[in-house]
Amino acid sequence: MTVSEVHTNRLAPEAPRKPLLAVRDLEVQYRRRRTDPVLRASDVVSLEVFPGETVGVVGESGSGKSTIAKAALGLAPVHSGSIHLAGRDITHLGPRGRRDLSRVLQVVFQDPNASLNPYLTVERSLAEPLEAHGLRGPELHRRVAEALDRVGLPPESSGRYPAQFSGGQKQRVAIARALIVDPQLVICDEAVSALDLSIQAQILNLLVEQQRGKQLSYLFISHDIEVVRYISDRIYVLYLGQVMETGPAGAVTGNPAHPYTQELLDSAPVADPRVQRRRREEEARRKAAQVTAPADTRPPTHGCPFAPRCPYVLDVCLAQRPPLMPTQEGGLVACHRFPEWKTLRDAPQGVAP
Amino acid sequence: MTLTASPPPRPARWPLVRALLRQPVAVVTLAFLLLVVVASLFAPQIAPYTADAFDLPARLSGPTARHLLGTDELGRDMLSRLLYGGSKALLGIVEAVLTAVLVALPVGILAGYVGGRFDRAVSFVTDLVLAIPAIILVLVVLTVFPGNMHAAMIAFGLLVAPGFARIIRGVTLPLQEADFVSAARVAGVSEGRIMARHILPGVTRTAIVQASFVAANALLFAVALGFLGLTANPGEPEWGQIVAAAAHQISTQPWLLVPSGGLIALMALSLMLFGNALRDAAAEVGSAAGTGSGAAAVALPAPAVADVVRPVAPDALLSVRDLSVVFTGRGQDTLVVDRVGFDVRAGETVGLVGESGAGKSITALAVLRLLARGGRITSGQVFFEGQDVARLDDRAFDRLRGSALGLISQEPLASLDPAFSIGSQLGELVGLHDRVSGKANRERCLELLRQVQMRQPERVLQSYPHELSGGMAQRVAIAMALAGRPKLLIADEPTTALDVTVQKEILGLLRQLQRETGMAVLIVTHNLGVVADICDRVIVLYAGQVFEDAGVLNLFDRPLNPYTLGLIGANPAHAQPGQLLPVIPGRVPPPGSWPVSCRFAPRCAFAAPQCTAGPVPLLQPVSGHYSRCVRTDELFLNAAPGADHPLPLSPARPGHQEAS
Repeated sequence: MTVSEVHTNRLAPEAPRKPLLAVRDLEVQYRRRRTDPVLRASDVVSLEVFPGETVGVVGESGSGKSTIAKAALGLAPVHSGSIHLAGRDITHLGPRGRRDLSRVLQVVFQDPNASLNPYLTVERSLAEPLEAHGLRGPELHRRVAEALDRVGLPPESSGRYPAQFSGGQKQRVAIARALIVDPQLVICDEAVSALDLSIQAQILNLLVEQQRGKQLSYLFISHDIEVVRYISDRIYVLYLGQVMETGPAGAVTGNPAHPYTQELLDSAPVADPRVQRRRREEEARRKAAQVTAPADTRPPTHGCPFAPRCPYVLDVCLAQRPPLMPTQEGGLVACHRFPEWKTLRDAPQGVAP
Repeated sequence: MTLTASPPPRPARWPLVRALLRQPVAVVTLAFLLLVVVASLFAPQIAPYTADAFDLPARLSGPTARHLLGTDELGRDMLSRLLYGGSKALLGIVEAVLTAVLVALPVGILAGYVGGRFDRAVSFVTDLVLAIPAIILVLVVLTVFPGNMHAAMIAFGLLVAPGFARIIRGVTLPLQEADFVSAARVAGVSEGRIMARHILPGVTRTAIVQASFVAANALLFAVALGFLGLTANPGEPEWGQIVAAAAHQISTQPWLLVPSGGLIALMALSLMLFGNALRDAAAEVGSAAGTGSGAAAVALPAPAVADVVRPVAPDALLSVRDLSVVFTGRGQDTLVVDRVGFDVRAGETVGLVGESGAGKSITALAVLRLLARGGRITSGQVFFEGQDVARLDDRAFDRLRGSALGLISQEPLASLDPAFSIGSQLGELVGLHDRVSGKANRERCLELLRQVQMRQPERVLQSYPHELSGGMAQRVAIAMALAGRPKLLIADEPTTALDVTVQKEILGLLRQLQRETGMAVLIVTHNLGVVADICDRVIVLYAGQVFEDAGVLNLFDRPLNPYTLGLIGANPAHAQPGQLLPVIPGRVPPPGSWPVSCRFAPRCAFAAPQCTAGPVPLLQPVSGHYSRCVRTDELFLNAAPGADHPLPLSPARPGHQEAS
């Protein structure tokens, strides 16, 4: 299958497909004791991942993006809402019930140094998911060698300890461990964020290569909108535990429907000094024309969480939470001022809130 | 499929034993302990006499040829008695240690891993047991089992187990939150297996040290019980009784206490020292050091090559020349910065860019003489305003640092003292630099906070570091650096830990401060976007060397080094979704295993024989543009028409919506 075929296949939203992962109205709360106040890590979030698709989740710290991953993996307490995986409700599944899930759902974490047990050889780390399903003997050995080959590591690696590998190589081992059971969905929680630029590119390529010719889905969580744009078919933009915008990757990053997405894109510096200079000048022009200065930094209880930082804020934004509304590009956006804010941004001279 | 690197060296078999044998302490103590164990086990075969053989004429003789360690008051041979008594003492140690370990390991791991009610119950029992004196409990046990040393030693093991378990619990707590444990859970590994396979090895090192401590104590405890006659009959060849008998004769033959007491003291010491050595060996196996990675490669300064001569620029604020930094660890010197040179002019922003291991932060910290322990500057000059500050003594340099030279770091919160308010920390610096106090001091603090565009500066002055967000903390750190009105601000990855929107604010702030104060900024970063945004000039470092040095527009428009070209190309911002990214194969060689030739040659798509023939010099192919590549001319400047030109960068930047 060629790249373009994969893409057209993936981007056919009309087909009545069932989502592989469906998160509905998820709310996760961390409380250390029963008497502690409720800490909301993720406020009602809904999200879907279809078979063979890469879904990017982007947001800043505190957006709750990693919490969604933890909830789906059974590593965070779900307060309300539901999580379905391959049609099965896994919201409150215990450790025993989760064992079967490991064939479907796997994970790659951020820190390659922490995600491998330093006392186990690579072979033992890789064999573990298979052993959990009762595989033993030469077949196990063969699968480990195969998995190492898939991620581009020499077969001699199997007898070595994680300390003998570089960060990028460890991340390859972690990916091999995730892929060894041929899962349908791999959650990548900031999987390339701790890597150097040249290694990050290698790992991104590896993830893309693994998907070719397979029905493998990724839920790719990152704070880096450029990486998410590159790897994702669809993107969710999260802010303070709420979905601000979602849609096809090209639309979300090329023509954002939410002012927060716009801010994320504007903030990520581009490796081109001329572009950066132009962006700064444009922003200075916009700033000069606008009078809105966000006063209170605390998010309102009822309104849009982004309202205090939003340059296009109105009274309604502080009073009422905007629902997710469809955009023309096939996405959804939660903004009272869509699409008019885009005209205001392009021609800010006439702003009169 | 690309191989990431040459395979790591094959691990030696029995890595723990090898690591152990590398430590002299381990070898000596292990030999001693083995000798005692073997001699005790084979006491009937090797002892010169039986334990109770009288040699009355030779009583209390002291060491002689017939009785090597002397004799007691009945003329019994001391060496033979110690040998016969050994197995009982050793058995007591084994019983106590086994009991303590078998109880403490599972209980400690379970308490840490499961937590909740079980954990609270364990803490309660621990507190209870620790409150009762051990000797009293053992005396109770001995009244139930009179004279039974086994019962006493098992009781001792149970008594020390709770404290032991509490330590194991403490080590388990962070482990159970580790990513590899989460990954094992997701992989469907059962909880019991996770504890056995992932937690247990992690607590082993602590357990070894604790067990050796228990062993030494158990020995002393067993001897004490024997000494008191609680677990041994008078005259029995038992170590405690032997010591007791020697104590009786202390006035007539003091020598008697030397072999008995000395043996026990040496045993206790050996047990503890061996435990420590075992822990260190286990740690070595778990880390890269023990596995021989780079153990052989000690990078010494490469033979000098004729870098282009860069005279010290008269107009430069900071001029660094031939700066080399060596770190010493495990008895080895490792070169981490190799003859780096660059200039920073007044009001200019210069970026030090590179991947991890390139030496960029160490270069910046070396300029400030703030190298971590083990690091030292081995060569080079640092000219600040024309003066070679590398020659200044520490006191003179301290005055310079903090006033004319400011520093902000990657972790702004770590550079603030959590125990003092922002006002007192900032006020202290203001007092130091401006010699003002009271109202004037406060005014200057507020002025600094306003300068860094802090909202509500009055409130911030009264707040404590933990009340600040990351962005606010970085603003405070910048304000503190500004207190001395620096001419050069060195910023070590100042935005790496921040969100992109905050990063943009901080970069904007730095730019504005520069406009206002005219200070120069030396910024260390790995992010090419940050470089493009804020830098006037860029120095690309690779494996401790300057690989390229150019104005920012030249660097991005026309890089003259394959490494820079590869870095720019690997940026996903330039790529189309679905297409593979152009990558630099392999990895950055860590310090200590740098190739002698061009250090990038093994990863370079354009490597030719002349690249691997020897060290390559830094050249200046274009005025003001330096590149460490011997093929610069043919690859970048005079590329033949139709040749494979190494500039595959597409000008199109998809996905960047540039509002116009």
